[in-house]
Amino acid sequence: MEPAPSGVRLVVREAIQTLSSSEDGGHIFSTLESLKRYLSEMEPPALPREKEEFASAHFSPVLRCLASRLSPAWLELLPDGRLEELWASFFLEGPADQAFLVLMETIEGTAGPSFRLMKMARLLARFLREGRLAVLMEVQCRQQTQPGFPLLRETLLGKVVALPDHLGNRLQRENLAEFFPQNYFRLLGEEVVRVLQAVADSLQVTAGFRGPTVLRWQGGLDSSVSFVAQVLGKACVHGRQQEMLGVLVPRLAALTQGSYLHQRVCWRLVEQVPDRAMEAVLTGLVEAAPGPEVLSRLLGNLVVKNKKAQFVMTRKLLFLQSRLTTPMLQSLLGYLAMDSQRRPLLLQVLKELLETWGSSSAICHTPLPQQRHVSKAVLICLAHLREPELRDSRDELLASMMAGVKCRLDSSLPPVRCLGMVVAEVISARIHPEGPPLKFQYEEDELSLELLALASPQPAGNGASEAGISLAPATAEPPAETPTEIVDGGGPEAQLAGFDSELDSDDEFVPYDMSGDRELKSSKAPAYVRDCVEALTTSEDVERWEAALRALEGLVYRSPTATREVSVELAKVLLHLEEKTCVVGFAGLRQRALVAVTVTDPARVADYLTSQFYALNYSLRQRMDILDVLTLAAQELSRPGCLGRAPQPGSPSPNTQCLPAAAASQPGSAVTSDWRVVVEERIRSKTRRISKGGPRQGPAGGPSRFSSVAGHFFFPLLQHFDRPVVTFDLLGDDQLVLGRLTHTLGALMYLAVNTTVAVAMGKALLEFVWALRFHVDAYVRQGLLSAVSSVLLSVPAARLLEDLLDELLEAQSWLAGTSPRGLQVLPHPAILASLGSSCGQRSPQGSPGSRLQETLTWLRKTRTKTAGRWH
Amino acid sequence: MAAPCPPPPPDPQFVLRGTQSPVHALHFWEGAQAQGHPVLFSGQGRDLKLCLWDLAEGRNAVVDSVRLESVGFCRSSILAGGQPRWMLAVPGKGGDEVQILEMPSKTSVCALKPKADAKLGMPMCLRLWQADCNPRPLLLAGYEDGSVALWDVSEQKVCSHIACHEEPVMDLDFDSQKARGISGSAGKALAVWSLDGQQALQVRGTHELTNPGIAEITIRPDRKILATAGWDHRIRVFHWRTMQPLAVLAFHSAAVQCVAFAADGLLAAGSKDQRISLWSLYPRA
Repeated sequence: MEPAPSGVRLVVREAIQTLSSSEDGGHIFSTLESLKRYLSEMEPPALPREKEEFASAHFSPVLRCLASRLSPAWLELLPDGRLEELWASFFLEGPADQAFLVLMETIEGTAGPSFRLMKMARLLARFLREGRLAVLMEVQCRQQTQPGFPLLRETLLGKVVALPDHLGNRLQRENLAEFFPQNYFRLLGEEVVRVLQAVADSLQVTAGFRGPTVLRWQGGLDSSVSFVAQVLGKACVHGRQQEMLGVLVPRLAALTQGSYLHQRVCWRLVEQVPDRAMEAVLTGLVEAAPGPEVLSRLLGNLVVKNKKAQFVMTRKLLFLQSRLTTPMLQSLLGYLAMDSQRRPLLLQVLKELLETWGSSSAICHTPLPQQRHVSKAVLICLAHLREPELRDSRDELLASMMAGVKCRLDSSLPPVRCLGMVVAEVISARIHPEGPPLKFQYEEDELSLELLALASPQPAGNGASEAGISLAPATAEPPAETPTEIVDGGGPEAQLAGFDSELDSDDEFVPYDMSGDRELKSSKAPAYVRDCVEALTTSEDVERWEAALRALEGLVYRSPTATREVSVELAKVLLHLEEKTCVVGFAGLRQRALVAVTVTDPARVADYLTSQFYALNYSLRQRMDILDVLTLAAQELSRPGCLGRAPQPGSPSPNTQCLPAAAASQPGSAVTSDWRVVVEERIRSKTRRISKGGPRQGPAGGPSRFSSVAGHFFFPLLQHFDRPVVTFDLLGDDQLVLGRLTHTLGALMYLAVNTTVAVAMGKALLEFVWALRFHVDAYVRQGLLSAVSSVLLSVPAARLLEDLLDELLEAQSWLAGTSPRGLQVLPHPAILASLGSSCGQRSPQGSPGSRLQETLTWLRKTRTKTAGRWH
Repeated sequence: MAAPCPPPPPDPQFVLRGTQSPVHALHFWEGAQAQGHPVLFSGQGRDLKLCLWDLAEGRNAVVDSVRLESVGFCRSSILAGGQPRWMLAVPGKGGDEVQILEMPSKTSVCALKPKADAKLGMPMCLRLWQADCNPRPLLLAGYEDGSVALWDVSEQKVCSHIACHEEPVMDLDFDSQKARGISGSAGKALAVWSLDGQQALQVRGTHELTNPGIAEITIRPDRKILATAGWDHRIRVFHWRTMQPLAVLAFHSAAVQCVAFAADGLLAAGSKDQRISLWSLYPRA
C-alpha cells in the first residue's frame, strides 16, 4: 500500500461522509454515481489501478455505509425508486464475495423483523437469483495468493453453506422460499455446475494457447476447483447430499459424457474434497449415480489414489452399513470392476466379503438386513469377476464359503438359511465350474429370486469390462434392469378373459358357500367319540380310519360329556397317531381334533400334554405339536363368548361358522331364524333413532374359561426345561424346540390377561427369561422378547410394579445392554421403548404414584397397538 | 374379513318322495303349449323298449313303444319342431351305431355308423338339433372313448370330432345360440367346447370337479346357468357364460341321476335314493 492517501481514498472518504449525513437526494445520487465509476464502465472511466484499489480496500466500507443508511425515508429521497436501484446495483455488481459477506453480516446484525431486514433479505434473494454465487465461487477459485486469504475463505465457506440456517434463524416465519434448504442447495448445485463449466472452458482456452503441459495444467486445476470442492464437501457433511447431488450428478453425467476435459475437472473436484467430507460426498454420489458407468466417469481412479476414499468405498459402505439399495450396490461394485487398476480391489473386496459372510460370529450377531446386504454384494462381485481372476484365490474363497454354509444351515432363522444356500450354490458354480454343482432345496421366494438374478452376469457391465475399455464413454444404459425383469409378467389372465368375448347383459349371480364341497368318502364315519377312538386305534380299514379322523373334531364339540369320559385316552391316541396313508391335511385334522379335546376337557388334557412334553420317547415334532395344541386351545378358551360357542357342532373353519350344522340338518330351524331376522329388520326400519350408536351391542361378557385352567397349561412347561433327558436336551441341541417353547409361553401369558394367575405366571416367566437371556440362538431370543412383552401386556400395571419390580428391572437392564443389532430381530420397537418408559426413566425424585401413572398410560397405549399380535 | 361371508347353500324347496324306485329321468311338461299330444318318453328300460306315454288330463298310459336294438346307458334324443312328423335318435345295433327314426311312423331314416378304424365305442349320449339358418338336422353324440362327434344326419357323415375327456362321455348339452356346448364324463372334469362357422368343434376349456362322475348336464332354458347331476350325491350349479361355480347342493344320499329345469327356472333333481328334490335358485328376472 502506498503511504500517501490516493485520490481514490479521498473520494471515498468524502462520499462516505456525504452518504452518512446528507438528506439531499440529488446530492446522494450524484455521489453514488461517482462511486459507481469504479465498478463499471461509466463516463468518465476510472483507471484500472483505481478500480482495483477501490475493489480491494474501499468497497466493503462503502457497502456497510449503504446498508446502514437503509430506511424507507432514505429510499424515498428520490422518486421512482431510482435511489434504490442504484443502491442495489452496488451489491449486485461489485465484487461478489465482499457483497455477500456484507449482506450476511447486515442480516445477522439486524434485530427482529424490520423493514431493513426484509429489504436486505430480498436483496440477498436477488443476489442468489442473478447467479452471483457462481461468480463468488469462481473468483475464489481464481485468486488465492492474497494475504489473509485462508481466513476469508473459511468465513465465506461457512456462510455459503450455512446460509439457510442463518436466514431461517433470523427471519423465522418471514423466511423466503429461496432460503429453504431444499431450494437453496439445489440452486447451489446449479451454481457449482456453472463454475465447473467455466473452469473447463478456461482450461480449454489455456490448453489451446500454450499446449497441454500436464504439470501446470494440473497445478492450475488444483487451485481452480478446490473452493468448489470444499463447498460441496461441507454441504454434504451437513446432510444435503440429496439436494446438491440430485442436481449435480445428472448434469455432470451429461457433461462428462464424451468430454475428457470435463471428466478431468470432475475427478479433480472429488480429489479436492477434504478428507473429513469424503465419506459424505462419496455416499451421496453412489446413491445418486444411475449406474457404474456414470460413477466411473465422475470418480475416475479416486479409490486408488485416495486412502480415505478407498476406505469408504471398499469397507465402510459394504461392511459397516447396510443402507445401500441393490442398484446402488451394483453401481459401486460395477465401478470397481470397470478399470484394470481398480479390479484388484474388487477381488480384495470379494475375499473380505466372503470372510464376513462365512464368519459364525457375524452370522450370530449382525442383523438380518446387513447379512442380506453382504450376500448381495458377494453375488454382484462374483458376477463381475472372471474365471482367471477367481482361480488364484480359489482355495481361500472355498474355505470361507464352506465355513459360512455350515453356520448358516445351522441357523434357526429361515432367511439366514436361504441366504446360505443361494450364495453357496452360486459361489460353488463359479469357483468350481467343472465340478458337480452344489444344489440345495429352497423355496423360490422373493429373496432367493432377487439373489439369483444378481448372480447372473449383466451383459452390459460384463461386456464393457471384458473389452477393457473403462474410460470410453459407454452408451448410457438404463440402470438396474434386473429387478424389473423379474417383476414383469402376468399374462395368463389375459387368456382366461378371452374365453368370453361376447357381451351380453350379464346379471351377476352371487355364488353360495361351497366350502362343504369335499371329496366323497364311501365308508361311513363313526357317530360316537368312542367309536372314533376305537377306529383310530384298531381299524385296519384305511377309509374308516380316515373318516374317523375327519369326523372327530365335530363329534368332540357335539358331545362334550362323552368326550370328557375318554379325553385323556383320546389325547394319547391322537398324540401318537401316525399318518398311515397319505391323507390330505392330516396334520391339520389331527391338530384340530387335539385342540377340540383340550378345549372340552382343559385341565386333565393339559396336564397330560404338559407332562408328556418332557417325557422320554417323543420326537421333536410331537413335542412341538404339544406346544401348538396348547397355544391354540388356550386361545380358543380365552376367546370371549367361547362358552356358548364351544359346544357348537361343525368344523371351526371360518367359512362354515356362520351356519351351524344343526340348522342345516333340520330345515325348520333355519326357517325360524330367518323369520326372526326378517322381523328384526322390519322393526329396525320402522323405528326412528335419534342418536347413533344406541343399537350397537358390545360383545357379550362372560368369564374366561381359560382363567381357571391357565396354570395347568403354563407351569408344568416351565418345570423341567433345564433337566436334559437322553432324547431331549432343550438347552443343548434342541434349541428349535426351546424357541417354540419360549414363544408358546409368551402366547399363553398373553392369553392369560385379566386372570388372577397372571401375576404368578408373569413372575415365573420373567425368571425363565432371565435364565436364558444370553442364549445364542436368535429365534430363542426373539421368543424371550415376545415373552417379556406379553408379561408387560398381561400383568396389571399396579401388580407389575409391586410384585415384579425386581424382575422387571433385571429384564430392563438386559435389554438396555443388548443393542438392537445383536437381537437380530426387532419384534416390536414399542416393547423396547415401553420397557424404557416403564422402568428406565425412573428418576430418584419421581414418586411411585407418578411412575404408576406413567406406566398405566403407556400400557393403555401399547395394549391397543399390540392386541392383534397373536391372532 | 373383507370379503362378505357367502350365503349358506340353500335347502330344497320341496322334496318329492314315494317313487319307490331310483329316479332315472325327469322332464317338466308345460302342458298348454304342447299341441294336442302331451306325451312323455320314458327312458328305455332293460326291456329294450322306448315307450311313448300319454299324459293329458292326468292319464298315464303307454301309447306306443319303439323296439330298440341295444342295451346301454344311452338316452335317445328327439327333434320336434312342431311338425306332425318328428325325428328320434336312438342307439342302434352293433354297439357303435346311432339310428335315426322318423316318428310317429317309426321308419328308420338312416344309421350313423362311425368308420371302422375310429374305435369310438358305444354312443353314450345324443343330442339332435337344427341350426336356425340350416334346415339340415345335426346330431351331437358323446362316445365311450371320451370324444364328442358332430354328425350331419342327412349326409351321414361326421363333420367334426374332438376328444375332450379321458373317461366315457356321460352327457352333453348344447346351446345353439352361442354355439357352445358342455359335456360331462365319468371322470373329474367338465369340458366346454364350441362350434365355429365351418362346423368344427373346438375345446374351449375344462373345469375340474371335486368328485368324479356326471350323470346329466342341463343348461337352463334362458342359458344363464347350468346344473349337473353328480354321482357324488351333489347337484352343482355353474354360471354358463363364465363357468364360475355358483352352488353345490348337497341333499341326496345317493348318486343324482338327472336334473331338469322348468321354464320358470325351477330346478328338479332325481336321485338313486328315490327322491326328487326341487330347488329355486337365481330366479329368472
